Amino acid sequence: MEEIKLDYPARQAVLRRVHVGVVGSGDLEVLLEPSPDLRAHVLITTSVDGYGVIWKHVLDRFFERFEGAASIEINDFGATPGVVMLRLEQAAEALRS
Amino acid sequence: MNGAAARDGRRFLARSSFIEMAARERARAMLDADTFRELLGPFDRIKSPWLPLQGIVAQADDGVVLARGTLDGRPALVAAIESAYQGGSIGEVSGAKIAGALELALGDCKQGRPVLPLLLLETGGVRLQEANLGLAAIAEIHAAIIALRRHVPVVGVVAGTVGCFGGMSMAAALCSRLIVTRQARLGMNGPEVIEQEAGIAELDASDRALIWSLIGGEQRYAVGLADALLEDDAATIAAAVRDAFAQGLPQLERSAQVEHLVRRLACIDPLRPPDANTLRRLWGEGAVN
Repeated sequence: MEEIKLDYPARQAVLRRVHVGVVGSGDLEVLLEPSPDLRAHVLITTSVDGYGVIWKHVLDRFFERFEGAASIEINDFGATPGVVMLRLEQAAEALRS
Repeated sequence: MNGAAARDGRRFLARSSFIEMAARERARAMLDADTFRELLGPFDRIKSPWLPLQGIVAQADDGVVLARGTLDGRPALVAAIESAYQGGSIGEVSGAKIAGALELALGDCKQGRPVLPLLLLETGGVRLQEANLGLAAIAEIHAAIIALRRHVPVVGVVAGTVGCFGGMSMAAALCSRLIVTRQARLGMNGPEVIEQEAGIAELDASDRALIWSLIGGEQRYAVGLADALLEDDAATIAAAVRDAFAQGLPQLERSAQVEHLVRRLACIDPLRPPDANTLRRLWGEGAVN
């Protein structure tokens, strides 16, 4: 088990909380809520060690388009990068709806 | 395609699978529209303190969704177990969430404000990593169900495909009314556990037809251990849940029919255990017991 912290700049305030996903095999849960400052903070807890670089690539790409000042907690149970991106996009979509 | 097949196809497509829903969606699908209000949700972060110590990632709600809302306008409490997280296992926190919610509902019932308790059971039983703490919580759940059903019926749903096992199968058996689907399984020990402990000659856990013939929802309904056998459709199950509560308290709870249950056990020879069909003949509708 490994914890990874990442920070990103933000442009928009986030006004709601969103929860998607489940800590099931090959899946993850995302808890997205307003951050205390005008930046985005990501805290990842993953069951698989040693993939910090991949996580950074996936989150870097997500934050190319997502500009919300969100605190994002990810609890991961071995999701592939594709599934991680889908869950993040699902959370972002739920935030808009 | 002939007419009947086309109708079947349309009916199948019109269904909304309850089995495929996660616990939160299941709870929401049971309650009256727009009445779902979650208690101790994921953002409260009441999670297992024990799993991370054993290198296992914890889920923010510990795999149990508690919700208040209404069923046909009557106040209700739903406890839904998330089977995808740790097999729906009951740990210290998830068990305490269910037991605590049931005890609060009991308090309301005692003060003349009935709350209808609904359990959506999808669980392998106790979470082995939390051992006795989980078992203690399950005992509290049992006690709360027994106390509650003096006031209101306690309704359980086992939809599958995990099923309901271990101490939580006893919780299912304690329910005033139990609703199952064909995909459900209900039993004390899961087939994999039996195969592991007693050998493949005792039970081949990979033989799905055999497993479901013994502990599947259809068989459990046929031998009188469940009250309704339904299609995997959220609206159908939601309607059956309302019906189960509308029937009021049973004359005698299933688990309190001790003489009947003893007679049932007496007609079985453990040295020659019955197969599925024989058990239906011994225990099914119209049997002498």
